[in-house]
Amino acid sequence: MINVLLIDDEPLARSIVREYLLAYPDFNILGECNDGFEGVKAITQHKPDLIFLDIQMPKINGFEMLELVDEPPAVIFTTAFDEYAMQAFERHAVDYLLKPFNKDRFNKAISKWKYNRAALQSNTIELLESTSQPDERFRIVVKKGINIVIVPIHTVYYIEAYDDYVKIHTKDGFYLKKKTMAHYEKALDSSQFVRVHRSYLLNIQELTRIEPVEKDTHIALLKSGDKVPLSQSGYGKLKEVLGI
Amino acid sequence: MKALFIYTVWWCLWIVLQFVLLTQIGFDTNKALTDAIVTQFIFALAGYTINTSMRSYQPGLRNSLYVLSWSLALAVLCVFVQRWILFEFFGQSHADFVSSSMIIRGTFGWLMIIIVAILTWFWVYVSDRKESEKRKDDATKLARDAELSNLRQQLQPHFLFNSLNSISALAGSRPDEARKMIQQLSDFLRGTIKKDENSLLTLDEELAHLQLYLDIEKVRFGHRLNTVIEKSADSIPLKLPSLLLQPIVENAIKFGLYDTVGEITITVSARKEGNDLLVLVKNPYDPATSVPKRGTGFGLSSVQRRLYLLYFRNDLLGTSQEENIFTTTIKIPQTA
Repeated sequence: MINVLLIDDEPLARSIVREYLLAYPDFNILGECNDGFEGVKAITQHKPDLIFLDIQMPKINGFEMLELVDEPPAVIFTTAFDEYAMQAFERHAVDYLLKPFNKDRFNKAISKWKYNRAALQSNTIELLESTSQPDERFRIVVKKGINIVIVPIHTVYYIEAYDDYVKIHTKDGFYLKKKTMAHYEKALDSSQFVRVHRSYLLNIQELTRIEPVEKDTHIALLKSGDKVPLSQSGYGKLKEVLGI
Repeated sequence: MKALFIYTVWWCLWIVLQFVLLTQIGFDTNKALTDAIVTQFIFALAGYTINTSMRSYQPGLRNSLYVLSWSLALAVLCVFVQRWILFEFFGQSHADFVSSSMIIRGTFGWLMIIIVAILTWFWVYVSDRKESEKRKDDATKLARDAELSNLRQQLQPHFLFNSLNSISALAGSRPDEARKMIQQLSDFLRGTIKKDENSLLTLDEELAHLQLYLDIEKVRFGHRLNTVIEKSADSIPLKLPSLLLQPIVENAIKFGLYDTVGEITITVSARKEGNDLLVLVKNPYDPATSVPKRGTGFGLSSVQRRLYLLYFRNDLLGTSQEENIFTTTIKIPQTA
């Protein structure tokens, strides 16, 4: 038995996948999810073999949902129109169905997946790790315990490197996310977030003062009272962005 | 052609004048007429020369000095040519008369040539001005038309393809509903295509079009989406630019549906306020996660721009936030 989950905020969009799956008696539909929150819960709970996943959904999109799952299952993306996502899929050889899709196209996606499960799954993981998507400019979705928290980007004080993770510091403390500093440096608006140090990415809105510590070393004082070290090149970059 | 005619008549008048003058001081008709024709014809030629050579000039101080000396030289040349021709016709005695009146002839000629030059200048200046103004008007109009049609064609591909996907889903299990939705989508698209962007619609017409859009979205999102449309009795005959409300409602639905989970209600209410039609569109949103300044996102900035192009006003579109409700307010002045 192959266990499948359908995640899409439009009921009719799920029903067509359900209908096409009738032709596959070895596929078992575990359930349907209306949004990414339900999706994370269902995936964690049921550990499906394959999910059909829409991109544009309420609150968190399909990519953000996958990032919240510890071991993402194999995915066949379904989307109506999303130029950015389509480019990312092509780049990483991840299969996707463009709505509306017919039965032939659907069957092709299923047999492709059956034929090469492992490769497709690793392609998906690679896609998640290496692409930054447009919504990241506005928000970061994180997990705190069992809760999913949406952090609007303007509420982030600074981002700090932390082994394989980054710490996202906000007024409610910090959140951990399995991403790299380079990823956020690329994904975020460079006029708002400045890489002031190898391990720090600073929201310049939060800056109150720059103080010298020793010769050639400085620290940034934030409104929150936090202190962020500035490397020599980071100090230069910061001055450039601030225009001083 | 008309100018040439006026020019000819003008010089004929001077011929008559000079002829009368010469007969009165005692010349016979033949001499007086020939002198008048030769003199004025030569001056007319000189005037024509200065006119054609000046058409491409831009008025300016340096050019005016140039024209002044050029006209003086022409006048002197004219007088000598006239003297030579008249000598050929009537011999030494008349040539002596020409020589004695040379100063008067030369001054007259010079003044004439300068008048032609000034008129030419004026004409070049005015037609230049006219042309550049026309060009500017054309450019503005063209840009406005293009912009308006661009702004109107903001039909979201996302909406279209998802609607088609819903139809595809319905076609298998509920073909009657599929057919109904195809009808709704067709009516909606037809309404979007055929409307002239400059035309004004009554509120009822615009709301009917909006209703088609909302009905399609309701099929897509099922019970999640509720809509309320309210209109006061006195607002019904009021008019508004076609398809103005649709992007606002589209924006409201997009943020309502994607910024919250669970059921949402979109409210559209219209009423008359003073001399304006006032339309309010309300949608729920989540203040904690919504991006600030999202109100200036593309959906609304295009509406703002369109209102500006139509009414030259920037204060017709407004947004406000209260609790979990986001309100977009639009005022449509009632002209005519």
